Amino acid sequence: MRYIDHQKVIKRMSTRMIVNKIFKGIFFVATLFALLALGVLFYRIITQGIGYLSPEFFMNFGSRFPEKAGIKAALIGSLWMMAVVAPVSLLFGVGSAIYLEEYAKKSKINDFIRMNIANLAGVPSVVFGLLGLTIFVRALALGNSILAAGFTMSLLILPVIIVASQEAIRAVPKHLREASYGMGATKWQTIVKIVLPSAIPGILTGGILALSRAIGETAPLVVIGIPVIIQFLPQNFLSQFTAMPMQIFDWAKRPQEEFQYVASAGIIVLMILLLLMNSIAVFIRNKFQKRY
Amino acid sequence: MASNERTAKLSVQEMIAKQKGKKGKKWLEKAIPVILLIIASVSVLTTFGIVFTLIFETIEFFRRVPFLEFVFGTEWLPFSNNEPLFGILPLIAGTLKVTLIAVLVAVPFGLASAVYLSEYASDKTRRVVKPVLEVLAGVPTIVYGFFALTFVTPLLQQFIPELKIFNALSPGIVVGIMILPMIASLSEDAMSSVPNSIREGALALGGTKLEVAIKVVLPAALSGIMASIVLAVSRAIGETMIVSLAGGSTPRFDGDITDSIQTMTAYIVQVSTGDAGYGTTIYYSIYSVGFTLFLFTLLMNWLAHVISKRFREEY
Repeated sequence: MRYIDHQKVIKRMSTRMIVNKIFKGIFFVATLFALLALGVLFYRIITQGIGYLSPEFFMNFGSRFPEKAGIKAALIGSLWMMAVVAPVSLLFGVGSAIYLEEYAKKSKINDFIRMNIANLAGVPSVVFGLLGLTIFVRALALGNSILAAGFTMSLLILPVIIVASQEAIRAVPKHLREASYGMGATKWQTIVKIVLPSAIPGILTGGILALSRAIGETAPLVVIGIPVIIQFLPQNFLSQFTAMPMQIFDWAKRPQEEFQYVASAGIIVLMILLLLMNSIAVFIRNKFQKRY
Repeated sequence: MASNERTAKLSVQEMIAKQKGKKGKKWLEKAIPVILLIIASVSVLTTFGIVFTLIFETIEFFRRVPFLEFVFGTEWLPFSNNEPLFGILPLIAGTLKVTLIAVLVAVPFGLASAVYLSEYASDKTRRVVKPVLEVLAGVPTIVYGFFALTFVTPLLQQFIPELKIFNALSPGIVVGIMILPMIASLSEDAMSSVPNSIREGALALGGTKLEVAIKVVLPAALSGIMASIVLAVSRAIGETMIVSLAGGSTPRFDGDITDSIQTMTAYIVQVSTGDAGYGTTIYYSIYSVGFTLFLFTLLMNWLAHVISKRFREEY
């Protein structure tokens, strides 16, 4: 008994092979589409903005005149905001991760915390802005200060840092912990002296990537009312300030064509900063990540 | 050296007993879990904060605007002096237009890249392409918004002359590019986790790579792929800066994608950059819009969770 009609198979074989080849090409071109989009984006922004990248661009404050507009206040403001976001988000992110990975038992409360973190990661950033506006700007009366913006951003990236730190802590092998317990160390001693040191590269990599998201995020800043034209540098954490994405948003909205080039120059500065942070993250991952 | 010998003779047991005597350490060991639990509850507090903030301010909003007008009203004219109207449908229409266009762009391209990366590409290609996708995912949305406004819109206007400066098409396409890496990488993960034995079985029966990918791998990875699409949709719904820059600020309740629109997120931005004072109806309206937006994304995230839980195939 013959199940396969050889003639039929041979007849259809070449068409099937050709269809396979064609689709391979289609899939490849579709993959190239994403790369192409990225290439065009970078090309456009660099060619438009490079002419405005002068030393004065870094020295000047925002201005109504495109040739005088600079990014100084925004760049320094973003760095001040990071000085709040980095410690706050890392403290709460890593603390939560340690609790969930090392202390939490299987209970309803802990399941709830886990589910909650997953949900929080899906909340749009503009909604975090509304939270910051109500809680930090109005209820705690911080105004549109660096602290208010920093706290809002910290909450925004908290889920990302928690998940990254959890993964880093989970990757520390069990036998290291057990060896530590075997030497008579307590749980907290084991965590501080054994688990955290081997998890820190992973935590830092995830942390820096999360911080680079906070630097580029615009919507929450708009909602909590961060001003754009600021002619002074922040004095302390309660000062008013402006940040790079806010400044770029303002420039991009302006009708004069020259401001498009200024916005491009601002985007170049922002992207260089992000690239720098990402390179540091990759460097830490490759250099210090231990594999067990 | 006498003292050294003495410590050497001190047995581990005695040392542990000595350590146990110290009260401070014991207290620390008990306090740490409590402190960490408090830290971990910050994320829960954030969720409660979001929900209660939105609910309270939305209740205040409904004291001024009838609930039915908000839900079923087809006109959103909050800045009108004589008779402001708060019907959210035009804003939802704007959001859905942009989301639909974004999905039409991102799903075919994202899935095609995922199939290519997981089924056809060599390890070398994958090592180049995946980081590039990650870069694409890390570009700030304000940059995409600028790109949509200054490049994509003028480009499209050459093909579609009636396209306005602010429209739904251009931000929709760019939001699609933004969520593409998400669909590509999550779907690729789902397809890569289909065991090779299944693939090889199908290949041994004489299937071409395409047939194996479409008829065997895709169905097996379907739950992961669906979940990735739903998550990407939720991202597109909540996307703010691209639609604020390139979408315009004209809420309209129709299907036109060539004219200026306004999405829920863009409305919140418009009010925040304007000079509506604290305590006005317009001020409370951003919370009601934010609440609606929150419900939309919550529904999507929940759907993604259900899909990946319920329909997952275990191997």
